[in-house]
Amino acid sequence: MPACDRRGGTLKPVSLETPLGEEVLDLVAGDMVELSGIVYTARDEAHMRMMDEGIPFDPEGAAIFHCGPVVVDERIVAAGPTTSARMNDLSGFLLDAGVRALVGKGGMGAGVVGQLKGRGVYLALTGGCAALAASRMTLRGVYFEDLGMAEATWIIGFDRVPLVVGIDSHGRDLYAEVDTHAKEQFKRRFTL
Amino acid sequence: MVKSADPSLMKAVSRSTCRAFLEAEIRLPGDIRRAISAARDAETDTIARGELQNILANIDRAEEMKLPICQDTGVPVVYITLPPEIPLDQGLYDAVAEGVRQATAAVPMRPNVVTPLGRENSRDNTGAGMPAVHVRPGPRFTITVLPKGAGAENMSRIAMLLPSQKDRIARFVVETMLIAGGKPCPPVVLGVGIGSTFDGVAALAKEALLEPVDTMSGFERELCDAVNELGIGPMGLGGKTTCLAVKVKTAGCHTASLPVAVNVQCWACRRATVEVVL
Repeated sequence: MPACDRRGGTLKPVSLETPLGEEVLDLVAGDMVELSGIVYTARDEAHMRMMDEGIPFDPEGAAIFHCGPVVVDERIVAAGPTTSARMNDLSGFLLDAGVRALVGKGGMGAGVVGQLKGRGVYLALTGGCAALAASRMTLRGVYFEDLGMAEATWIIGFDRVPLVVGIDSHGRDLYAEVDTHAKEQFKRRFTL
Repeated sequence: MVKSADPSLMKAVSRSTCRAFLEAEIRLPGDIRRAISAARDAETDTIARGELQNILANIDRAEEMKLPICQDTGVPVVYITLPPEIPLDQGLYDAVAEGVRQATAAVPMRPNVVTPLGRENSRDNTGAGMPAVHVRPGPRFTITVLPKGAGAENMSRIAMLLPSQKDRIARFVVETMLIAGGKPCPPVVLGVGIGSTFDGVAALAKEALLEPVDTMSGFERELCDAVNELGIGPMGLGGKTTCLAVKVKTAGCHTASLPVAVNVQCWACRRATVEVVL
């Protein structure tokens, strides 16, 4: 696979801090990022609640983290990303309101790639790395606690959490590129 | 003959089950860690290497801090070997379930088990038919656990091929990963069942995940290489290693059937065995 020519990838991580501004527009798919500052977790239920009742935090420059952590005694025990694609049809209103980054795993649909154009980025956190992630995260508070541990919106302080730009604000999507290549490889090996 | 209603035996079973989950959730088996480490060393792509590096750092961090490797601590799948002197009755299943409850608090494990339609959460990872318990006769009394996360389990597939379609087995295995892409948290281990019956082949595929990944047969290696040619890479971001290993288990089947199942397992291929000491 021509792995090296498909991304602009910087070798040194770019430091970012929330609230995010127009600096995210300079990022290119494949760039390494270290994100610090407040982020808000949201899975399916929290997205639907925010659509009904409004966003309980200032969305301008905010980062949304697709995550259902394990929280014990107001401490984050484990907090890896969940599959972002479940939020494909639920993310537009957040970006309309000024959200600049979506953090998760597995990438998002073409609709979200379009919604991110000129506005924000999708940042990939290594799936399953819950212990590593938790060691760089501090719990700051919670919204929608009635939704339960996995689905509540937790307010989390990030300390240089390592991420990769999976989708940039210019419409470049690493996952789509990898998928196109994989389909070509499959067709080459298995005709019919 | 030991009576399984014997409270001390039941306690030993619960305690051993809990210990097996503690081990599995916190420490990845050596063979899996070595396979991920080898994949990192072989990787030339910067992003893929970074992802594998994060995974290895996470494995170390979980062990140091005694934390679960992944926040999806899975659903409890349990394999028991039972020596002749231990009776098989409901008490054994109840004791294993009690061990799961203890482990849910002790690890801690995220309460993942819900009723399928009402989606009511039991809060202790037990439910009707859960933990999934599989019992076999054996020389020693052992409890093996395989906590199974949903991201990878959801991408698993089964096919009832025809006896003339032996050549389609490889295609089905590779196609399973093509459809899965980055969703099951690659690099994955693929458990492949071939033969048996519709239900039996899925059980074979899951049991294959208990096999060490240090070695592969020629056929397993061929399947693994074919999957890696897709270039999906760690987390679907591209790279050399999509699949750490393929493990195949076979069983006899009907002359008119060729069942094939692929059980997808994320890189966190968690498993642990504890001997029940009486």
